[in-house]
Amino acid sequence: MKFMLMMHAPRGKGDWAVMDWPPEALKAHIDFMMTFNKELAEAGELVGAEGLDMPSQARIVRASNNGDPEVTDGPFAETKEFLAGYWIVDVETPQRAYAIAARASAAPGPKGAPLNMAIEVRQVMSGPPTD
Amino acid sequence: MTAPLSPAHEQLLRELTPLVVGAITRRFGDFAAAEDATQEALIAAATQWPRDGVPDNPRGWLIQVAARRMTDHIRSESARRKREEASAAIEAGPAPSADRAMSSDHDDTLILLFMCCHPALTRSSAVALMLRAVGGLTTAEIARGYLVPEPTMAQRISRAKQSIRASNVPFDLPSERDRVERLGAVLHVLYLIFNEGYASTSGPTLQRTGLSSEAIRLARALRDLLPEDGEVAGLLALMLLTDARRAARTTKDGELVPLDEQDRSLWDRDQIREGVDLLSTALANGIVGIYQLQAAIAAIHDEAARAGDTDWKQIAALYGLLRRMSDNPMVALNHAVAVAMVEGPEAGLLLLDAVGRDARIANHFRLDAVRGHLHERAGRRERAVEHFRAAAEKTTSMQERNYLMKKAAVLAASTRDS
Repeated sequence: MKFMLMMHAPRGKGDWAVMDWPPEALKAHIDFMMTFNKELAEAGELVGAEGLDMPSQARIVRASNNGDPEVTDGPFAETKEFLAGYWIVDVETPQRAYAIAARASAAPGPKGAPLNMAIEVRQVMSGPPTD
Repeated sequence: MTAPLSPAHEQLLRELTPLVVGAITRRFGDFAAAEDATQEALIAAATQWPRDGVPDNPRGWLIQVAARRMTDHIRSESARRKREEASAAIEAGPAPSADRAMSSDHDDTLILLFMCCHPALTRSSAVALMLRAVGGLTTAEIARGYLVPEPTMAQRISRAKQSIRASNVPFDLPSERDRVERLGAVLHVLYLIFNEGYASTSGPTLQRTGLSSEAIRLARALRDLLPEDGEVAGLLALMLLTDARRAARTTKDGELVPLDEQDRSLWDRDQIREGVDLLSTALANGIVGIYQLQAAIAAIHDEAARAGDTDWKQIAALYGLLRRMSDNPMVALNHAVAVAMVEGPEAGLLLLDAVGRDARIANHFRLDAVRGHLHERAGRRERAVEHFRAAAEKTTSMQERNYLMKKAAVLAASTRDS
């Protein structure tokens, strides 16, 4: 069964503020993510993973009355967290997906301690079960 | 680019795959490498045969090519080792052991089927390995079938082979003592492959329905090897009787059509006949098992000319038997459905209360879906809507969710109108 693991990072100047991290903390974080992705791939569980650009680059698009795109620039202050990236994994049980999510959640932060970010876990819809 | 392989030759390659893997594994003693060498031989055949014609002895040709690849592999391995260790003791790789005179192709295919279902493997690795080593599918084809990237599938297969290597299992049939259990695992894996293909109506449908046909093909091969086994026949019958309804199961747009609303003229009569014949022979000859019982239930559905003609009494009895054989809450749920068809919705709902106390199924969408149907039949539309909505929330199937949401919407509208 496939799950999407969405990494919700806190926004603003709080724990995240990744631009202000000391370089070694940033390196540790990036190394962690690369190793983590490699391990998922080697386990034959990784379907896909992408990181997303910073929320400052986000655009909100709505169709205008004539159907043309109406683009709004950020920042979008109303959200406390933003989607920083996601994984799709193909695993045997939901428990395995939770275990993977917990590892991602514990990615090292600015002081080296685990960030314990919120990872939203959602099952990817599949074909219908047999009758 | 050369011409693609004709379907008949592709079929031939698939059939020869386990025999080649078996022959090479026997000769060189390394299943993991033999399986890789066989894949290389299959690729060579797929490019050379359309150009040069099919050799007179296709099997011998494949074995020869695969053996050559093995020798190359062993040579480069030992050269590498020599460089690394600079030691005097160069292992020339496992010595070619004499082919066992008594072993037959049949044994090899069977051994491979058992090997791919080794208890050290996860289900998804067993599935992948079986499709490659016995089914002769490429990693790319398997990856497409399961909608995962090819490197992920390659990794899964390679880890499966590592586990087998680490388990030191000999290339031989399991002991008499383990055999029943291991055969159960083989049947289960084949059934999983079948369901993966049958359940899929999304994604690249063609490739995925290919999984059902592949499962049927492998089940047929297994039946040829073990013609006396009732459960092997039962599984093949179950697949044929279920697959026979494929064309009627979804609309052109991919929407689900429930069994009682299907256009039965679209059902594959030949396949139904074959399934029923297989099942009748199996039931007459041996010990009845879970696949035969499920096939018998599928046969009753298939043999009803109209949904209203379905012999629900017999289906309820069969689910009753099945419940005694397997501790599966889904069977208990289906039993309740059948009882409701015979004795009415209230009797079914009463049974469902008991089923719902089983933690394994308490939160399953199907429980709500069935309750929805039974309340609807009992004329309690509001309650039916509640259950259909709850089921739509819980299901992880897109088609199922669309069906349930529509069902709830139509009923909700009808309660407002009345």
